[in-house]
Amino acid sequence: MAQIFAYITHKGGAADDTAFELAAAAKKIDAGAALTAIVTGTGADLNTVCNALTAAYNEVWKIDNQALAYPNAEVIRKALVNILPTDGIVLLPHDTFGMDLGPGLSIKMDSAFVADVVGIEGVDGTTLKLVRQEFSGQVSTHVTCDASAGAVLNIRPGVCQPGEIKPVGGQVVDKSGSVGDLAVGRKFLEIVKAEVGDIDITKSEVLVSIGRGIEDQENIEIATQLAEAMGADLSCSRPIVDAKWMEKSRQVGTSGQTVKPKVYLAMGISGSFQHLGGIKGSPFMIAVNKNPKAPIFQVADVGIVANILEFMPELTEKINGL
Amino acid sequence: MEILVCVKRVPDTSENEIGVNSAGTDIDRDDLVYSVNEWDNYAVEEAIQIVDRVGGKVTVVAVGDSESEEVLRREMAMGANDGLLLSDDSFGGSDGKGIATILKAAVKKGNYDLVLTGAQADAGAGQVGGMLAAMLDQPYASLVNSIEIINDKTLKVGREIEGGNQEMNEIQMPCVLSIQTGINEPRYVGIRGIRKVASVEIPVLGALDLGVSSGSVGSAGAKVKVQDYFVPQLGKGAEILEGSTEEIIDKLIELLKVKGGLK
Repeated sequence: MAQIFAYITHKGGAADDTAFELAAAAKKIDAGAALTAIVTGTGADLNTVCNALTAAYNEVWKIDNQALAYPNAEVIRKALVNILPTDGIVLLPHDTFGMDLGPGLSIKMDSAFVADVVGIEGVDGTTLKLVRQEFSGQVSTHVTCDASAGAVLNIRPGVCQPGEIKPVGGQVVDKSGSVGDLAVGRKFLEIVKAEVGDIDITKSEVLVSIGRGIEDQENIEIATQLAEAMGADLSCSRPIVDAKWMEKSRQVGTSGQTVKPKVYLAMGISGSFQHLGGIKGSPFMIAVNKNPKAPIFQVADVGIVANILEFMPELTEKINGL
Repeated sequence: MEILVCVKRVPDTSENEIGVNSAGTDIDRDDLVYSVNEWDNYAVEEAIQIVDRVGGKVTVVAVGDSESEEVLRREMAMGANDGLLLSDDSFGGSDGKGIATILKAAVKKGNYDLVLTGAQADAGAGQVGGMLAAMLDQPYASLVNSIEIINDKTLKVGREIEGGNQEMNEIQMPCVLSIQTGINEPRYVGIRGIRKVASVEIPVLGALDLGVSSGSVGSAGAKVKVQDYFVPQLGKGAEILEGSTEEIIDKLIELLKVKGGLK
């Protein structure tokens, strides 16, 4: 099997959780592989991250360059193309950065690309057998990937848990001089922070969360009444914010808020991984959905197959009568 | 500004429960309702709004069989000026790179300042835009949720990143952007609008017209292949409460009391 590389994202001198997950993913592809981490950035933070990674990676390629101070995928792609062997297997996290980088990188390396990998089942020669999902997790697929000329794999965060790290005593290798010209047509300007809403759902203990099943803006009142009866706060999934029915600050998910309630009621939410990615701390999850195949039923503790527009008013009435 | 928007005809998940067929070779396609990929619809709306502001033309393009014509017409009813269908028996079974190869050939036949795609479609890969940009050697930004025109060469685009934050970038045209839902509010298309464009001719280009070699697309060119479909088992699965609605609600309230869900 070819050499395996993992691109490590980091912030404030700490590697992202995916750093060790990608090492675990690499071991599933080739248990005996010598792993290489690639870390770009600048200054003291970069050194801190590189040193920490030597626990899980045999080599840590450090690229220190002012042009890489912010992780602009376009700039990083150019640097990677200049230092990677074309038949290498490159692992990226399937997050907003990996989605920006992976597809174009695979073209420039002339290698295969597989997005949002949720499982690695094995290798047959140079063919990888992977698991993906389609239709927001309603169906899964086994996918083969011809990696004979290299591959870029975007691994979904959270699916490859690293377990206990047995330190491999890797070394940091400075590759800063090998990246070549990094001029690109896209310039990072700034991060605009999310607006703060009237209620901070990240602090809520009980959430009634609504999704597409609410069907109409006027029906949100039904969920509001249930939340009030329970003493819960109201949150939502992405389509509700896209429709401008609720504020972005009420959105649970990787592109919204990360919540840690004790109890989470998913009302008419199908349960895409982006939504589930915003729920931490293993709350007691109750899902109500009229589609018995909705992926949310696989992760919820308790499921009820029902139309939320009929179910919620009855539940509210009963709670108010207690 | 000349804008090309890439659109895909997909099963409408708000109208269908998606399951696996009995042989496990595909999703169950019996009685499916199809529509335009939701993300692409936002991309078309954004293109129309840009052209409304600064002038120009919006072309919508799809790779698919003749049935994809209906989604092109729907987007033309929204306000896209032209449609273009890329269709050939050899395109079947293409992976993301194959689709990007076909689209690249179509982009090269035009003179576009901006190419938009949806951030993702039914397979949830989100790959075609980034591949297309790299093939064209143009700058790319994914998950775009705001576009501001700075001048005729430069855009300021916001990317949706984790935690509801937005990453602002300046990007040089010509470029490729993948559009995230929520960037705008796509206009409603009535039956009248569809009728208006019902007889507009939509050119069809095949592999020969595009100069796409058959070995680079379709299943012949695909390095990534779906082997089978199955219904996922992520966790142990929920305990499904059954009985009359009243019984279910009583059980649920007991559970909520125990778990601290009622205050």
